[in-house]
Amino acid sequence: MLSDADRIFRNLYGQDDWGLPGARRRGIWDNTKALIELGRDKIVEEIKESGLRGRGGAGFPAGVKWSFMPKEPDGRPAYLVVNADESEPGTCKDREILRNDPHLLLEGCLVAGFAMGAHTAYIYIRGEFFNEGSHVQQAIDEAYDAGLIGKNACGSDWDFDIHLHRGAGAYICGEETALLESLEGKKGQPRLKPPFPAASGLYGCPTTVNNVETIAVAPTILRRGSGWFAGIGRPNNTGTKLFCISGHVNNPCNVEEAMGIPLRELLEKHAGGVRGGWSNLLAVIPGGSSVPCLTNEMCGDILMDFDSLREVRSGLGTAAVIVMDKSTDIIAAIARLAHFYKHESCGQCTPCREGTGWMYRVLTRMVHGEAEVEEIDLLEQVTRQVEGHTICALGDAAAWPIQGLIRHFRPEIEHRIVERKLREQQPAAAE
Amino acid sequence: MTFEPEAVGASEAEETSAFGFSAENKERLDRIIGRYPAGRENSAVIPALDLAQRQNGGWLSKAAIEHVATYLSMPKIRVLEVATFYSMFNLKPVGRHFVQVCRTTPCWLRGSDELAETAKAVAGCGLGESSDDGMFTVVEVECLGACCNAPMVQINDDYYEDLTAETFRALLEALKRGETPKPGPQNGRKGSEPVGEWTSLTDLPDLPRAGAE
Repeated sequence: MLSDADRIFRNLYGQDDWGLPGARRRGIWDNTKALIELGRDKIVEEIKESGLRGRGGAGFPAGVKWSFMPKEPDGRPAYLVVNADESEPGTCKDREILRNDPHLLLEGCLVAGFAMGAHTAYIYIRGEFFNEGSHVQQAIDEAYDAGLIGKNACGSDWDFDIHLHRGAGAYICGEETALLESLEGKKGQPRLKPPFPAASGLYGCPTTVNNVETIAVAPTILRRGSGWFAGIGRPNNTGTKLFCISGHVNNPCNVEEAMGIPLRELLEKHAGGVRGGWSNLLAVIPGGSSVPCLTNEMCGDILMDFDSLREVRSGLGTAAVIVMDKSTDIIAAIARLAHFYKHESCGQCTPCREGTGWMYRVLTRMVHGEAEVEEIDLLEQVTRQVEGHTICALGDAAAWPIQGLIRHFRPEIEHRIVERKLREQQPAAAE
Repeated sequence: MTFEPEAVGASEAEETSAFGFSAENKERLDRIIGRYPAGRENSAVIPALDLAQRQNGGWLSKAAIEHVATYLSMPKIRVLEVATFYSMFNLKPVGRHFVQVCRTTPCWLRGSDELAETAKAVAGCGLGESSDDGMFTVVEVECLGACCNAPMVQINDDYYEDLTAETFRALLEALKRGETPKPGPQNGRKGSEPVGEWTSLTDLPDLPRAGAE
């Protein structure tokens, strides 16, 4: 188990002051100038060596992403954009950083922005996080007043501005290019890649988009050294991670733990265990709504990291653990997610726009057994036709939970169809 | 995602009633526009629509949308496109308390259906409708990102979390009486820490004692 000394998010539960005095007490903004004096290359190198993988769901190595930014300015400004559009069902970790430790994020913006040659950062926060955004804005104002950002930020000779940008309700804006479209004042519809944002992002300028948690951990990694971070977890799956535990556990909570903690230990140590005991566990969605679920047999010894979850054809995603006990109607639970993706599809690509609605309607019938057994295979085929055939990953995200359902709970779907047919035959048989 | 005038549900008079930003909102908006590079004022369209909606009593009339377009020198269609794309913009009048019940799986697993029923019963209206007294509008929305505090609702700008049908009913009744209930978890939690004994952040000698009230 991770010790408190190794925890980065020391005000996760908001027990301390979120403003500048509290932040300073927790060591934030402590000689940040020295971190910048490491220089661009050294910072990127340290982040690479720490093994930090993006915390927004895709898990792309953060240092490598930063290194894609142009080394020499070509006349265009460079931008850091922080993705605080947290909307993946099950995920509520960035919210805690934004409202309880905003200065941790702002300090991360400065060092990360400097490391990618950016003088400006935009923090794109989902519009619903009104109060969280107010904390971030107040923290930004405090940081300007204290000379921590703005001209000659922290006395580093580096000018750095941070602006808050509020969204207005659209899951798709968590996709990085949709976010950039939205930030430019348009509908949030994803762009084709390439060009990647590092070549042409916000306003056509070099841009890196990173998740809140990814940016917020950077200063601590630089202070304590990449070796410290890399020493937690397993190779290629390093560091500490915020886990969001929701659903049928006794004590739902957010918690920072070591990457690779066994799922069962995570639930039992921090969330008071599964409601009704471990044997009452039906399924777990381990990484936010977009990843396929795990059955209880799979949960016994699974480790919570990128590679071990990929081995069982699921994923760590955002590390949002949604627990379902045996009282759950698993088909209805996944149908709810199908409704979510149908609602959130931006409508740009036909397979996603039409497919998400189609999949939702079929699944909804299946909740009541109102389908034919052959339709299960048909549904599976349609998920394959949506997956990989769209501009962004929303199509994949809509397909995967349904594929997981069919892979692990096909007998349940069949059973319901048979039951319904028997029910319909009964009145006739009684005559 | 399509804009259907017949679905808007506001009268012609309401839609076209003159709209202009107040002096205070103009100042706010100009400050926001200053966050973006020169020539990139369009970036402020979402904040501008948000300010317009707040000034207009919680919804965007045709006149308000057109005023934003004029203010930012954008074609009206581009602003209408944005207003119809994002779920937080209301295109018809809403009640004083805009009650959004989160319906996505993590909240559903912990009883969001009951919350929706409770809201409908107290407000005396269906989903997507407003109560006759103009006090409430009740809608179901997708994940609001407070899943460790499920089930939860958003009312205007505030989250109310860790609800039961009973505490939610009491909350709505309090709003009806004109009271201002405290936002956040309604079961005694402060945030998303586990109920009862903390399992982390208990050994930080330099910081205020974790868990202490």
